[in-house]
Amino acid sequence: MSMATTRYTTTAIALHWLVALLIFAAFPLGLIMSDMPLSPLKLKLISYHKWLGVTVFLLVLARLAWRAVHTPPPLPETIPAWQRSAAQALHYLLYLLLFAIPLSGWLMSSAKGFQTVYLGVLPLPDLIGKDKALGDALREVHEMLNFGLLALLFGHIAAALKHQFIDRNGVLARMLPFLDKEPS
Amino acid sequence: MMIRLLTALALLACGTANAAEFGALQADKSTLAFVSKQMGVPVEGAFRKFTAQIRIDPARPEAGHARIDIDLAGSDAGSAEANDEVKGKSWFNVREFPTASFVSSSVKTLGGGRFEASGKMTIKGKSLEMRAPFTLRQERGALILDGTFPLKRLDYGIGSGVWGDTSVVADEVQIKFHFTLK
Ligand code: HEM
Repeated sequence: MSMATTRYTTTAIALHWLVALLIFAAFPLGLIMSDMPLSPLKLKLISYHKWLGVTVFLLVLARLAWRAVHTPPPLPETIPAWQRSAAQALHYLLYLLLFAIPLSGWLMSSAKGFQTVYLGVLPLPDLIGKDKALGDALREVHEMLNFGLLALLFGHIAAALKHQFIDRNGVLARMLPFLDKEPS
Repeated sequence: MMIRLLTALALLACGTANAAEFGALQADKSTLAFVSKQMGVPVEGAFRKFTAQIRIDPARPEAGHARIDIDLAGSDAGSAEANDEVKGKSWFNVREFPTASFVSSSVKTLGGGRFEASGKMTIKGKSLEMRAPFTLRQERGALILDGTFPLKRLDYGIGSGVWGDTSVVADEVQIKFHFTLK
């Protein structure tokens, strides 16, 4: 089997880790800022959170577009069928949440009457008008989707570590920018 | 006889002047709003409780007069959290300064259907000269005044201390008024 078919493309790897890094920042930032009392710092953090989130949204759209035209490398033969289906389902759910979470944040902001201006320069259109009840509901949705994401990420990371350290089947290396040797 | 005639004429003149003057505020069709900029994002707010005593004759706007009193505890700054915050000491300090007011001293015609009221704006015990341009429009027996003008919040010490950081909340706030008179 050639290298090209056992590893993800460099673009897919770069997008995967960039998104992971940004979520790793946006998630705790979201938790911290929503518990803070109103202050200039809170307003700044909310803006940074929104910018990070919109960046994730754009990168996820790029990932989905890339994914649509690049089939991932097939999994090693040793992996049982149920694990393959589980992995695929988990990956689709992750894509769904990565799309829905920023979208819910964007809509929530509009409903709360605080437009999103990306990086302080590019105003995103308000797809819905100001509506307090809807804003509160979308906040709940944003929060619930995030806790869903947290749970899925635990599964995702646990599975990756299991492949690496228990099964030792080289699945993790397919998505790493280093360790790009064929599994022995 | 002459005196009586003059008095009658004077009364008549007053009568016609009064007939063209508008002075009854239609509270349900009048708003006093503001737009602040937070992290570069315009955020709408409103003064929900205010009284406006305005007398203006569209034929002679220069003779008009206005007095606006705002009950600052009724300020809507865009969210429940912000509404609590703006009542506090570093913003409006409503406990010490419950009302803000604008009292006009003159009205000038700018041309092109535009006018400008000058007067004193008092907020947090501080009075400054202020100019508010506006337009007049008559619609179904009512006179509508519309105007927008910028106010520098820090001139009045609104949002002092940590909130003085204008990169978070801009100094300039747009005040928008829409008064319907009958
Ligand atoms: C990858 C993308 C994102 C992640 C992982 C994320 C995560 C979170 C988390 C964990 C919270 C705290 C929820 C809570 O406990 O209340 C939060 C809150 C929030 N998020 Fe996001 N978010 C993302 C994208 C966005 C976007 C794109 C926007 C807006 C454009 C946004 C706007 C907000 C706002 C305004 C809050 C605070 C809600 C409040 O306290 O009222 N988020 N986010």
